[in-house]
Amino acid sequence: MDFALTDEQRMLEETLTRLVADQVSPTQRRAMLDAPRQAPSTLWRTFAELGLLHMPFSEAVGGLGGDGTDLMIIMQALGRGLVPEAYVAGLVLPGQLLALTANSVQQTRWLAPLLEGEHQLALAWQEHGARYDAFAVSTQAIKHNVQWRLTGRKDVVLNLEAAAAYLVTARLESGKLGLFILPAGTPGLSLHLYRTMDDQAAGDLTLDDVTLPDENCLSEDVSEALIDVLALGRAALCADAIGAMEEACDQTLAYLKDRKQFGLPLATFQALQHRMVDMHLHLEQSRSMAILACTSLSLPADERDYKIAAAKAYCGESARFIAEQAIQLHGGMGMTEECHVAHYAKHLVMFDHYLGDSDYHLETVSDQLSVA
Amino acid sequence: MNLTFSPEEQAFRAQVRRFLADALPGDIRERVRLGRHLRADDHLRWQNILSAQGWLAANWPTEHGGPGWGPVERHIFDEECAAAHAPTVVPFGVNMVAPVIMKFGSPEQQQHYLPRILSNQDWWCQGYSEPGAGSDLAGLNTRAVREGDHYIVNGQKTWTTLGQHANMLFCLVRTNPDAKKQAGISFLLIDMQSPGITVRPIITLDGAHEVNEVFLDNVRVPVENRVGEEGQGWTCAKFLLTHERTGIAGLGHAKQALRHLKSLASRIEHRGKPLLALPSFRLRVVKAELELMALEVTNLRVIAATRDGGAPGAESSLLKVRGSELRQELSELTRRALGPAALPFFPDFLHGDAPLDDANAQSASASAQYFNRRKLSIYGGANEIQKSIVAKTILEM
Ligand SMILES: Cc1cc2nc3c(=O)[nH]c(=O)nc-3n(C[C@H](O)[C@H](O)[C@H](O)COP(=O)(O)OP(=O)(O)OC[C@H]3O[C@@H](n4cnc5c(N)ncnc54)[C@H](O)[C@@H]3O)c2cc1C
Repeated sequence: MDFALTDEQRMLEETLTRLVADQVSPTQRRAMLDAPRQAPSTLWRTFAELGLLHMPFSEAVGGLGGDGTDLMIIMQALGRGLVPEAYVAGLVLPGQLLALTANSVQQTRWLAPLLEGEHQLALAWQEHGARYDAFAVSTQAIKHNVQWRLTGRKDVVLNLEAAAAYLVTARLESGKLGLFILPAGTPGLSLHLYRTMDDQAAGDLTLDDVTLPDENCLSEDVSEALIDVLALGRAALCADAIGAMEEACDQTLAYLKDRKQFGLPLATFQALQHRMVDMHLHLEQSRSMAILACTSLSLPADERDYKIAAAKAYCGESARFIAEQAIQLHGGMGMTEECHVAHYAKHLVMFDHYLGDSDYHLETVSDQLSVA
Repeated sequence: MNLTFSPEEQAFRAQVRRFLADALPGDIRERVRLGRHLRADDHLRWQNILSAQGWLAANWPTEHGGPGWGPVERHIFDEECAAAHAPTVVPFGVNMVAPVIMKFGSPEQQQHYLPRILSNQDWWCQGYSEPGAGSDLAGLNTRAVREGDHYIVNGQKTWTTLGQHANMLFCLVRTNPDAKKQAGISFLLIDMQSPGITVRPIITLDGAHEVNEVFLDNVRVPVENRVGEEGQGWTCAKFLLTHERTGIAGLGHAKQALRHLKSLASRIEHRGKPLLALPSFRLRVVKAELELMALEVTNLRVIAATRDGGAPGAESSLLKVRGSELRQELSELTRRALGPAALPFFPDFLHGDAPLDDANAQSASASAQYFNRRKLSIYGGANEIQKSIVAKTILEM
């Protein structure tokens, strides 16, 4: 057993923490959110230079072979700064799916530029009315000779606007789940773009009889790879939430020490001290769960998914507790757009709506509850 | 003991329901139902309809033009209004400053202001909180200095709800900096059009413009706009706060939210079954149901105790704590029920007039409302402060 980071990992953590502190202040973050989405941002290019875009991929596909701990370090630092870059949605998830399914021609065309920071992608797996079930897919793909025709709709696709292409799951005539890559602008596609409640760029993607050559089919049976990638995404989101929880707790503590009422700092009131301790407890227990999740990625699928479901459910509840208390202890201030902690609170609450909420994951754990 | 409503009370409920069905404009009902922000004109249109019916000032006595309802009728009225998606009456005039003017105001003030409130001529806002005086309201710093027959007011108020629409401000100011904290405060009625007043919006985390900062820079206020004696402001303020807290449990809203949640969760599917059948989710809905049942009876107990007049005491703090927690939990469950559909945020639809397709429109407000409802445990005396009141006055700790 060893909870220590390697020297390289400590360096990664320091570099990234400094980068986020320097380049993603609240004002800079606002400007980044308001900037046009298409071109890779300056920050994304810096990520590329630092090797962050190669980090989570195996050497076999041209990556740096980083493990779950590396991913955790990166995500936690991004979460701390609420960095508005689609590291998971635009890089890790679609990239890992490509790594698992694409042939070498497809990898050269789509994966290599992704790792170089030349383009970003999006993964469209979620459908209306299916809640968090990645396999309740009604988008259909039918093969005519050497061409595929796709019809359906995907909801809340993150990074839709900036993506050069979309990885889309669709039900095949075989009954299996297939995976396709659709370049932006393919005829028959329409996009409804919006922001999520926590300021992430997203949109709905409608496919109206989209015709694709066979080379755009990445897999005719993507189920197993999709399960792997969703597990990876969930672990990454837990680490991201830890970063945001840390910052929400720090900001709240600082506020309690600074703000005075009745002639005393709020931090001197015992009711609030205990509340702050509860927040801290939630953070530390969640941190443990996130470590568990990120270090489980190389376990057999069943065991991995059990632990990651547990972590995602646990972190979901903690994230909300911390968010609600952060607002409450800031009083009216915590309700305002101007107050930074409000943005952390929004991110932490909406965390539960990405890749399955606590109820969804509790059910997984409950179904497999080990009684031994 | 008997917890049923009398036949007269049931008939009253039917009458209110019929009125709401006939009189509430469809577009306003739809805006409320979808959780969209109401424009000033929406509020006014509805309040004028209520005024014409004689039901705007639900808690006023008949001598001032109220309907003469008791607490049970008011409770029924609130509940039916929430169920019908009627806008909540903007409380600052009718429910807050009016009782203060009735109790402490001069006959001239009563004759001038009360009819104007009843006819929606004046839109009032509440100037209590300041940047440095929230929970510690008595620590307020806005200064009023007497100069002949005027006060010169300097300072800043904040969190002023709907101040952007208001033409009148009731305001706590410090008239005597040397007296004990509470004793140096006076209650002034200030015309928002007076030179020296600036209103600046505060945007809340749900993207709404609901609250404001109000700056007062050498504002001249006639002495006759003071309610009660100089230094009696704190008495007025405390009297008003008890009125602010009647109906504070928000039972009608909670009931409506629970109804909506149950209907939503039985329509939404989770792995081929209604979400409401998922044990972890169902249990939370069941617990909310129990909390609501208990709160309803607790509320009726408080109501019964005050039936013969008199504002409720520290019991209203209990109602506020539980009521706000319950409404927050319901907003949490509603957001959660929607799953990924709770993610998209459409501020131009929610806070403006932009159109939106029906599917998105139905779920658009859930997350924004969840965040907006955080205010319920902060304003009107934060829940921590309410608990301190209960500890001190009921438990004598
Ligand atoms: C949406 C909204 C609308 C509002 N509308 C109005 C309005 O129209 N007019 C108006 O005058 N005001 C209004 N308010 C202001 C509201 O009354 C104050 O926000 C409230 O009194 C809390 O004050 P504060 O925000 O300064 O928080 P603070 O007083 O700074 O409190 C911060 C936190 O510390 C806690 N705390 C403070 N003191 C203690 C203690 N001694 N022991 C334990 N805990 C403590 C509080 O409970 C809170 O959780 C509004 C507020 C909001 C959010």
